[in-house]
Amino acid sequence: MSTETSATLATQETKKEGLLSKKNIQILRDPLDDTNPVTVQILGVCSALAVTVQVKPALIMALGVTLVTAFSNLIISLIRNSIPNRIRIIVQLIVVAMLVTIVDQVLKAYLFDVSKKLSVFVGLIITNCIVMGRLEAFALAQKPWPSFLDGIGNGLGYGIILVVVAFVRELLGAGSVFGIKVVPQWLYDMGYVNNGLMMLPPAALFLIGIYIWWQRSRNKNLINAS
Amino acid sequence: MQNLINILIKTIFVENVIFAFFLGMCSFLAVSKKIKTAFGLGLAVVFVMLLTTPLNYLILRYMLQEGALSWIHPSLASVDLTFLSFILFISTIAGAVQLVEMVVEKFMPGLYNSLGIFLPLITVNCSILGASLFMQEREYNFAETTAFSLGAGIGFFLAIVLLAAIRERLRYSNIPAPLQGLGIAMIITALMGLAFLSFSGIQL
Repeated sequence: MSTETSATLATQETKKEGLLSKKNIQILRDPLDDTNPVTVQILGVCSALAVTVQVKPALIMALGVTLVTAFSNLIISLIRNSIPNRIRIIVQLIVVAMLVTIVDQVLKAYLFDVSKKLSVFVGLIITNCIVMGRLEAFALAQKPWPSFLDGIGNGLGYGIILVVVAFVRELLGAGSVFGIKVVPQWLYDMGYVNNGLMMLPPAALFLIGIYIWWQRSRNKNLINAS
Repeated sequence: MQNLINILIKTIFVENVIFAFFLGMCSFLAVSKKIKTAFGLGLAVVFVMLLTTPLNYLILRYMLQEGALSWIHPSLASVDLTFLSFILFISTIAGAVQLVEMVVEKFMPGLYNSLGIFLPLITVNCSILGASLFMQEREYNFAETTAFSLGAGIGFFLAIVLLAAIRERLRYSNIPAPLQGLGIAMIITALMGLAFLSFSGIQL
């Protein structure tokens, strides 16, 4: 799905460049919209849907995925020349599982209630296709610094979708944002009712479907992307 | 026995891995364009799920839980290794998939050819690891774990074959260009999820 973009990037590889050269900025920025991991590359859809009932868990999940993607990209890119090709999947999984274990332990120690709410989905970052997808498509063939930026960019691109979906779901479903009531009481007195459907799983799919529709009608190049 | 059947039915219909937890959505969306390939992937998932989740249960029960190592030596009874569960679970899954692939290739080449590349891809299917993690979180025993993994696999199989059947029909319908492909697949999955919500009224 994402092999195209990485192939073009690989051909552009230059000898010497600054830490935040034009190309590196582009690596960081592209996944936010044009090559967004969720809506364009179809990676990591699973968790994008399940943790978006409220904004706070979504934000923390996005942070966790960004950290894991960035650092696993960095580590794999550093050791990319010494990984035998046949067992690379296992090597990648072990590196990712180690990072996820760290994230999980930190969450359990400092943010226990959020960690309970995210339940198995922290562990599922391991099989989040974004992480594996970026490792396969980018980190295995690129230098450490661009790989790190690519990881951060893709993590943030994933985070944007998560926060947008969670914002709409929490606002319409519970009338609050970050757990703070924003829909005033007089509106409820006039007969406004929270939309219960927004709290149920299918609402996230509807919202992402609509987001894809909006994104592709704005940027026609994406229409045949997948 | 009744308890086990309840778990089986609950995981297939009420708490379907796709429609209630969105596990394995990546392959669910990517491999549901044709019924035949969807059928192959679904079967492979049922098989691997039924193999790895009980295996992970045994690992959890006899190696990781607090007090689990006491069968080696009583002094190890206070060791709690559950923080290692992610790494061990995913290694088991990756290893089991590799093993299944080699066995199937050697002894059942017909099945191997029909499953094709889907077998290795299952390693990174979220639903497999998800089933193991749910098993850990819900503290099932061995029989319950087996029933749960069978139900989760069948639930995935059912969902992906249904979606593939709908998507085959969609080729003849007139969908706005920006919504074609992924967009409409998402919305259809949402509608199917709504339909599956009706099962949640069942008390088990």
